Formats: sequence, C-alpha cells, structure tokens
Amino acid sequence: MLLITCPFCGPRDESEFACGGEAHIVRPADPAALTDAQWADYLFMRKNVKGVHFERWMHSHGCRRWFNAARDTVTHQFLAFYKMGEQAPDIAPVSYTARPAPRTDPALPADPALHTDREGAR
Amino acid sequence: MGYSLWSLARNARTHHENWPKAWRSPEPKPAYDVVIVGGGGHGLATAYYLAKEHGIANVAVLERGWLGGGNAGRNTTVVRSNYLRDESAALYEMSLKLFEGLSAELNYNVMLSQRGLYMLCHNAHEVQDAHRRAHAMRLNGIDSVFVPRADLARHIPIIETSPHIRYPVLGALLQRRGGVARHDAVAWGFARAADARGVDIVQNCEVIGLRREGARVTGVETTRGTIGAKKVALVAAGHSSVLADMAGLRLPVRSMALQALVSEPVKPVLNCVINSMTVHVYVSQSDKGELVMGAGMDKFHSYGQRGSVSVVEDQVAALLELFPVLGRLRMLRQWAGIVDVCPDASPIVCKAPIAGLYVNCGWGTGGFKATPGSGFVFAHTIAREEPHPLVQRYSLDRFAGGDLVDEHAASGIAH
Ligand SMILES: Cc1cc2nc3c(=O)[nH]c(=O)nc-3n(C[C@H](O)[C@H](O)[C@H](O)COP(=O)(O)OP(=O)(O)OC[C@H]3O[C@@H](n4cnc5c(N)ncnc54)[C@H](O)[C@@H]3O)c2cc1C
Ligand SMILES: [Zn+2]
Repeated sequence: MLLITCPFCGPRDESEFACGGEAHIVRPADPAALTDAQWADYLFMRKNVKGVHFERWMHSHGCRRWFNAARDTVTHQFLAFYKMGEQAPDIAPVSYTARPAPRTDPALPADPALHTDREGAR
Repeated sequence: MGYSLWSLARNARTHHENWPKAWRSPEPKPAYDVVIVGGGGHGLATAYYLAKEHGIANVAVLERGWLGGGNAGRNTTVVRSNYLRDESAALYEMSLKLFEGLSAELNYNVMLSQRGLYMLCHNAHEVQDAHRRAHAMRLNGIDSVFVPRADLARHIPIIETSPHIRYPVLGALLQRRGGVARHDAVAWGFARAADARGVDIVQNCEVIGLRREGARVTGVETTRGTIGAKKVALVAAGHSSVLADMAGLRLPVRSMALQALVSEPVKPVLNCVINSMTVHVYVSQSDKGELVMGAGMDKFHSYGQRGSVSVVEDQVAALLELFPVLGRLRMLRQWAGIVDVCPDASPIVCKAPIAGLYVNCGWGTGGFKATPGSGFVFAHTIAREEPHPLVQRYSLDRFAGGDLVDEHAASGIAH
C-alpha cells in the first residue's frame, strides 16, 4: 500500500486514489491536421518507463482533484508531487539496464537470487 | 534423449542421478540468423517453431535472468479459447489445439488438464453477454455452453448460490476444453525441444542495446558481449517497452504488476477453474491441493515484481464472497509478474517498422494459454517476412488504423 501526498489534502492511503497514467501528454492543438499515425501516437503510444515516471493521480475518494507525481516504477517510491499545470520537477532519470560486464567465469551457473534482489531490494 | 517409461525405469536403477541435462548452456556465438530476446514461453516456442517449421535453427534465445523466471513461471496456468471475436477465437483456439498435442509433440509432460472453465455471471448484462459469447464461440467451432444457476450448484458444490449476496451468481459460460497446464513444463519442454534442434539458449544474458547499420538492426549488445543477428525478435513481455525504446520504437503497452497467490494444500474441493470478473477472482485447485488464485493488479505502472498487500486483501475477500466455506484457509505465498497490457487487451505480433526487427508483445494478463500459438505464428512472421494469416490484424498498425480488437471482456481480468 502506498502513502500518497495529495497536494491539496496531504498524505493519504493509496486506496483513496486512482492512477491516470503518463502525465504531460498535451492534446494536439489541431487534431484534424495530424496524420493517423500521429493521432495514434497521441492516443495510444506511451513511454512506459522503467525508472522515474511522471504520472497523473486523482484523489478520487477525497477532494477529487487531479495532480501529478514522479515515481520510480521499480521501487514504487514517490519522488515528487506537484499540481496540474506546474512544470515537471528536474529529477535525474534512473537506469535499471545492466552495464556491460565482462564475465569472469562463463561457467558460473545462473544465480536466480541475484536477479530477484536487483529489482526487489533496491 | 527421449523420455519414456523405459528411460524412467533405467534411470531409477541409478537413483535418478544420471539424467542428462535437458538443454545445453552454450557460450553465445558471435552471430546468429535470428536472435530472440526473452526466454519466456513465447520466446522459446518461437525458437522451437523456427527450427521445426521453417528449418531456421541457427537461433539464440537470450534471457536476462533464468529460463522461465518471468511470467512463464509466474502465471496461474489457465488455458482456454473462450473469446468473442473471430480473430481472437481463431488464434487462441489454434493455440489450445497445439496445447492438446503438446506433451506428445515435445516429448515432455505439460500436464494439460482440461477440467472445464466457468466464467461466472452476476447480473443480467453478464448473462446476456455470456449467451452472446457462447453463440459466437460455437459459430467458430469452439465448445461452449451456458450453465444456468440451478445447475451450477451441482457442478460446483462449494460455490455460494444464495440470491442474497451482493453479486449473486446467475449462471456461467462453460468451456469444457478449458483448464490448466503446468507452466514450468511448457517453458522447459519448449527449451529442451528447441535445444535438441540446435537452438542456443543463453541465460544470464541481458540485452542492453540494439546494434544498427543504417536503418537496419544487425544485432544486440548484451551483458555477455555483442551478438550479431540477421533478425532480432523482441519477446520480452513486461519489458517490451524497455527493449523497443532501444530501437526508438514506441509501443502502446503499459507494464503492470499482476498478482497471484496460493493456499496451503487441502483435500480436493474444486475440480474446475472458476473465473468471476465482477467479484474479481479466479481460482483452481492444483494437483498438490493448493488453491491457486489471481486476478488482482496494482493500479499503477510497475516493473517491481512484487505486488501490494492491499491487492491480496481484495483477492481474498472476493474468494470468500464466492466460497464462504474457505474461510479458514491459510495462504502460503504470493507473487507478481509484470504483464504488458495493450489498450484493446489484444496482442501485437508483427514486423516492426525497422528492418530486421520483429515484435511480439501485449499478451498482457492472458498469454500463457497462447504460448504455443504465439510461437507458431511469430516464427512464421519472422521466417516468411509476412504476418501469419492468423495475426494479420494483430499488427502495430492497427492503432493508427483505429482497427482495435477489443477483448477486455474475455481477458478475465478487470483493467
Ligand atoms: C500472476 C500472473 C498470472 C497469470 N495467469 C495467466 C493465466 O492463468 N493464463 C494465461 O493464459 N496467462 C496468464 N498470465 C499471463 C502470461 O503469464 C503471460 O502473458 C505470458 O507468460 C507472457 O509470455 P512469456 O512467457 O514469453 O513471458 P515471460 O516469461 O515474462 O518472458 C519474457 C522474458 O524476457 C526476459 N527479458 C526481459 N528483458 C530482457 C532483456 N533486456 N534481455 C534479455 N531478456 C529479457 C525476461 O526476463 C523474461 O524471462 C499471467 C501472468 C501473471 C503475472
Ligand atoms: Zn485531495
């Protein structure tokens, strides 16, 4: 269960909120001028970031107002809450992609624990 | 080596200590005809059918963790083909048919148990929809029958059929050929059979970048060095967007944490699979006696393979609403997998708009049942450079064309 800070009401339980997905998607000023592919990009294509994700939340069982948040999609940790219309805070992206590491011992067996830890314990 | 009663007897003599490894773990070669990214069920099935149906065996399956450590080994193993639309019905039915012959095909017992799957209806709308779906399925040659409430108590003795609960059970859509299969066995069976045909399965090998020459993808960068490839196929389920991003390709999928849990083992109480979209739980009983249940999903994007406790709470509440008799049952463990959900709850299987790149994703909450079928059609798409007829409509283009295949109702999970 997440503790979410509504910019209007303060910290509340996750169950009071609805998540609205990726933030800062601007509706095209002149939809009729777009190609089908551009319109599909606006409607459907998403960043789906692994790392810091800027997203919309709504305090649906509270003040019913929308706001934005920055959250790490691996740890689920919130990094910022800010109001609609405000500039996204400057938060350095986090990369969860492994770095190329020369394997010292290729005969080493796969270690499942290593992998679960990498995502689970951060 | 083939598995048989004879090999079992022979190995019993040496206390089962001399079974050969089911697949090799070779060092990756410098280059392959096809590199498949993702060693889940779909990636392994793709490799198998590439080798078997298309004679392309110079193939590597690269897996960043261990084989079957993703959704292939985390799902709740339900197989079925009770879809409404013709395209979906054809695709999932083909896959179910492959499932029906899979143990023999792979010489590996995938423990398919077609014990019947009930999708419960709790209001007039769901009853109408179930009838519509039952007719549509029969028109597509797929077994289906509507079971009225009066008969349900006979089919499923432990279900609560009181008309006084919040969402009374009014009937169910039954597919008798639906059921469960052993998920690990499907992944291992395809791995072993692909390996036997010459496919290299490389675990602990994460793809961290794509190599390009001009407009063409020519290989992958991995944690075990650069590997060249004439064709690169992305089959990474919940991580599809991360890989597509390496190619500058945008996908319509969202990665979500879908959860499941199992109870302590108990005596047989449930001999079928039950799914309720409204009360929101699905459940079956494993051969070991554990009740396996799922349906809950965290409501936010997630790449953290855990899932929240609040979802477990909802899940268990739903279970007790339908089966009050299970009130004393204790839960053993809980887990989550990252599923790739498409806006229309249908998959994407196609050539990417980048030369040399192929994408198979978006199976979301229901891709286990599609494992053999997905591999079969994707292998065709890769080998022939054109979509298999069954996935003609499942391209990335359908989003620009507005030609979505809405299967939310058949997904079995509210999202
Ligand atoms: C809890 C739960 C219950 C489910 N229940 C059902 C069910 O009852 N019935 C049903 O039909 N479906 C079910 N599903 C859905 C089904 O499990 C998936 O749709 C299906 O398994 C996805 O295909 P896959 O097996 O290839 O995925 P995966 O096994 O997830 O394979 C993808 C692989 O790609 C690897 N990978 C990712 N990034 C990289 C990289 N950069 N380099 C190399 N490898 C990489 C991952 O490690 C992973 O092993 C369920 C899913 C979950 C999570
Ligand atoms: Zn509020």
